Amino acid sequence: MIRPLEPVGQTARVGLGLAFFALFVGAWAFATLGGFVSRTFLADPVTMLQDGWLLLTRFGFLHDIGMTVWRVVGGFALAAIVAVPLGILMGAYKPIEALLEPFVSFARYLPASAFIPLLILWAGIGEFQKLLVIFIGSVFQLILMVAVAVGSTRRDLVEAAYTLGSTERSVVRRVLLPANAPDIAEILRLVLGWAWTYVIVAELIGSSSGIGHMIIDSQSLLATGQMIFGIIVIGLIGLVSDFAFKAANRALFPWRLA
Amino acid sequence: MALVRPKLLVENVSRVFPGVHGGAPVTALQPTNLSVPENDFITLLGPSGCGKSTLLRIVAGLDRPTTGRVLLDGREVTKPGPERGMVFQSYTLFPWLNVAQNIAYGLAERGVPEARRREIVDHYLARMGLTGFASHWPKQLSGGMQQRVAIARALANDPAILLLDEPFGALDNQTRALMQELLLGIWERDRKTVLFVTHDIEEAIFLASRVLVMTARPGRIKAEVPVDLPHPRDYRMKTTPEFNALKARLTEEIRAEAVLAAEEH
Repeated sequence: MIRPLEPVGQTARVGLGLAFFALFVGAWAFATLGGFVSRTFLADPVTMLQDGWLLLTRFGFLHDIGMTVWRVVGGFALAAIVAVPLGILMGAYKPIEALLEPFVSFARYLPASAFIPLLILWAGIGEFQKLLVIFIGSVFQLILMVAVAVGSTRRDLVEAAYTLGSTERSVVRRVLLPANAPDIAEILRLVLGWAWTYVIVAELIGSSSGIGHMIIDSQSLLATGQMIFGIIVIGLIGLVSDFAFKAANRALFPWRLA
Repeated sequence: MALVRPKLLVENVSRVFPGVHGGAPVTALQPTNLSVPENDFITLLGPSGCGKSTLLRIVAGLDRPTTGRVLLDGREVTKPGPERGMVFQSYTLFPWLNVAQNIAYGLAERGVPEARRREIVDHYLARMGLTGFASHWPKQLSGGMQQRVAIARALANDPAILLLDEPFGALDNQTRALMQELLLGIWERDRKTVLFVTHDIEEAIFLASRVLVMTARPGRIKAEVPVDLPHPRDYRMKTTPEFNALKARLTEEIRAEAVLAAEEH
């Protein structure tokens, strides 16, 4: 019986999660191997795996994966270095928020992909341009989300800190920061996921390496197996980094789960 | 006029909150005078919305008076500080610090050496019956335990006065009675000056050497009732005729205010 909000056991959880993957691949195999869909448009799972193996062993796809990961991590790290301190300042100090919030809210809606032609003009088609696309795509989102998290810190905790002898500065360092650290980590995890979509877009245009580049190359060869393999690799990397983030959060912030 | 300088002096303190959305300003506290000698245990008793918490927050420095001033040991209060330890009604332990770290928070802010810090923390852990819980997270504690840690955290700073804003308001009756005895035990030993806000008549009498009854909004101190019950007190005191006489008197005082407050809403 399924009841609302009733928890599910650990084994059942893993089993159900895997079952849907199996169902998905099964439906895909049925449609393609069963001959219901043209091979020109959709490769079957077996061809996809063969193509993937070929990509990895003969065409240096590992290098492409490495390039893409480095671009995401590099661009995202730059964005985080700028956005987290700025977001904390905005959340903590209302005049700074009043100064920056309207602009950041505006800049947040500028689509990073629309900047690509401009960025190519400004920064060429080198690595720096790719990092900039991801930077622009994530920095404004990060700033706003961190500012909101810090701004909604429980006021009674701040007041308690003052009555215990905290100064304004130490309230930021000893209350606002630790109180919001888990939320900030969660925001980073979320926005990192979005950064993955920007990197692929950046690689589709003016790039000579990366997963996105491979996908656009395969399109001209109608190699749907390779394209799907590329997409699945992105999904797997996302899944792994998500798990890593969650595990790190659990280890760093045990007080949240206690 | 007493020759001894009072520990805490509240002079002509009032608080008017500006009107919201162009509405009329709200007077939360009418000009109030209060003199608390050293070692006194004062309870401020009143219905909700009578300005008793506002008065306490002004003494703590968390709110500014519209008129008047607050003097602690002759110095004017302008902002919150560790010499006025505060315990809140809501659970305000820092959830990212364990019990020992919470108690040591103020000591760390003042740069007390590690060894001395541990000594003080161990002392209060023992006195509050929290030995064995030093490395627990606040989330793992019951409400009563959390408030015990909050009291220990305020006392660890050795404040000149302890301010408590309905600290046991969210606890069940049995736990509340135990907490009252624990707090009274600490006061009977240390004789700290205490200002305790409550709407519970029994609690106000049991703890206090003086009960101040406050009127409904706009708040002001309406009556001052000395409690001459002997110390040490324990739970049996709550059923003595003397206690019940005080209770009857305060019930009358407070009932009129509660009726007024209810009519206002």
